[in-house]
Amino acid sequence: MYSKILIDHFRNPRNMGRMENPDGVGKVGNPACGDVMYIYIKVGKNDRGEEIIEDIKFETFGCAAAIGTSSMVTELAKGKTLEEAEKISKDDVAEAVGGLPPIKMHCSLLASDGLKAAIADYRKKKAGKGDAAEG
Amino acid sequence: MERVYLDYASTTPVDGRVVEAMLPYFTERYGNPTSFYSFGQEAKQAVEEARAKVAELINASPEEIIFTSGGTEACNLAIKGFALKNKKRGKHILVSKIEHFAVLEACRWLAERGFEVSYLDVDEYGFVSPETLEGAIREDTILAIVNHANNEIGTIEPIAELAEVAQDRGVAFFSDACISNGSVEIDVARLGVDLLALSAHKMYGPKGVGALYVAKGTRLEALLHGGGQERKLRSGTENVPGIVGFGRAAEIAKKEMRSEAKRLRKLRDELIREVLRIPRTRLNGHPEKRLPGNANFAFAFIEGEGLILELDFEGISASTGSACSSPTLEPSHVLTAIGLSHAEAHGSLRVTLGRFSTREDVKRLLEVLPRVVKRLRDISPFKESFEDYVEGTEWKGGEHRHV
Repeated sequence: MYSKILIDHFRNPRNMGRMENPDGVGKVGNPACGDVMYIYIKVGKNDRGEEIIEDIKFETFGCAAAIGTSSMVTELAKGKTLEEAEKISKDDVAEAVGGLPPIKMHCSLLASDGLKAAIADYRKKKAGKGDAAEG
Repeated sequence: MERVYLDYASTTPVDGRVVEAMLPYFTERYGNPTSFYSFGQEAKQAVEEARAKVAELINASPEEIIFTSGGTEACNLAIKGFALKNKKRGKHILVSKIEHFAVLEACRWLAERGFEVSYLDVDEYGFVSPETLEGAIREDTILAIVNHANNEIGTIEPIAELAEVAQDRGVAFFSDACISNGSVEIDVARLGVDLLALSAHKMYGPKGVGALYVAKGTRLEALLHGGGQERKLRSGTENVPGIVGFGRAAEIAKKEMRSEAKRLRKLRDELIREVLRIPRTRLNGHPEKRLPGNANFAFAFIEGEGLILELDFEGISASTGSACSSPTLEPSHVLTAIGLSHAEAHGSLRVTLGRFSTREDVKRLLEVLPRVVKRLRDISPFKESFEDYVEGTEWKGGEHRHV
């Protein structure tokens, strides 16, 4: 039922674990539904001075599809600018893992939402700091 | 890789002795039991011999056994057949919350057609208490339904006491014994049930054959109409090889049940003791009043589908009550009925042992399971409690739906 790529990401998850002092954290899902995903990001700058996802990690409570898509979304996002990373859609994630059974499509939505939530959290914190500095 | 099958509650392999008994009825004695000539009569005789063996296993009379296409049909015939035949006496049905879908869906079908169905609560072990049943019976109640044992958590219900309560109030009693028949002793005379469903493929017989015990005097409406086989309650040419296999399986079970149950209980208790060494693990169901081969666990902070996949990669087959592995994405209604939260129910594992399970099989599971649970817990954000991160967390994806 799962593709080889997804099984590989489930069995050998990339960027798995907790991150100390992340710049942004996205927490999505609900334990009652059976999937919870935490995405941690560290933000840096590239040569052109754009903000990029320098490091990214995930922790996931969920099925093989939830774990595999979490792992995949971290690979897709790593090194991308925040603008590029935000554009990663659920379909991008599903395609990258070699497709998902229809009933598991929501897992790819959760992964892309987790990433967006982490970026939003970073921006919110940054704005907060900015205010504090000005104040 | 050697495969280890630990899902006997799902289905069992057909015993070689059963296959042997069945084979002639495919190619040599293939007559239709309805036919008067010798081909037909030898098939009919085989069906009647099988009926006697199945009856003997549960201490019934042969004429009280109606062969069906399996447990699901037996449950449907019992519930719909009884309700439709007896609706003039009332339209209220009582059913426990932890039944198999064959029972729950048949009840729902009736509820959509003018019957009223009330659901009986169970306690933390899955027991329906006689008091609960007593309190739920109304003037218009015609049928009460409680499974003999639960197929997920293995809890064996106090059927004799429950059926007595029903009988005292003039309510018929149906029990689904598909999972327990052949594995623990069932005596319909002692239990006092009116209807009892049986299945062959859960007791080393073939798939596609089951039976309904219908106590003398219990009247049912047929669901299948045709040639009038099975005392007009189940038309259709008899599945002769399947029925012969069921009979042989019943005969073997009758002879070996006691020693086999003892062997399995020992193996199961060792398994339970070892698995409970894994931190934050609970046993679902009752420690003793459970089917000899059944063990059901919940591992906190992980999800069962991944667990099943990981075990499968290691060659081990077992099952889970997790939502993520079910076609409806709903967690097991049995686990939630005994009080597990949805989050806890997701991390369940059912291990069921049977006739061909060995100590080596259990050892193999015990080698693999702690490692697999640990790996999935390493991936999980929850380490100490499901609430760890809830505080101060903006739970996004509240609109997140399983579609």
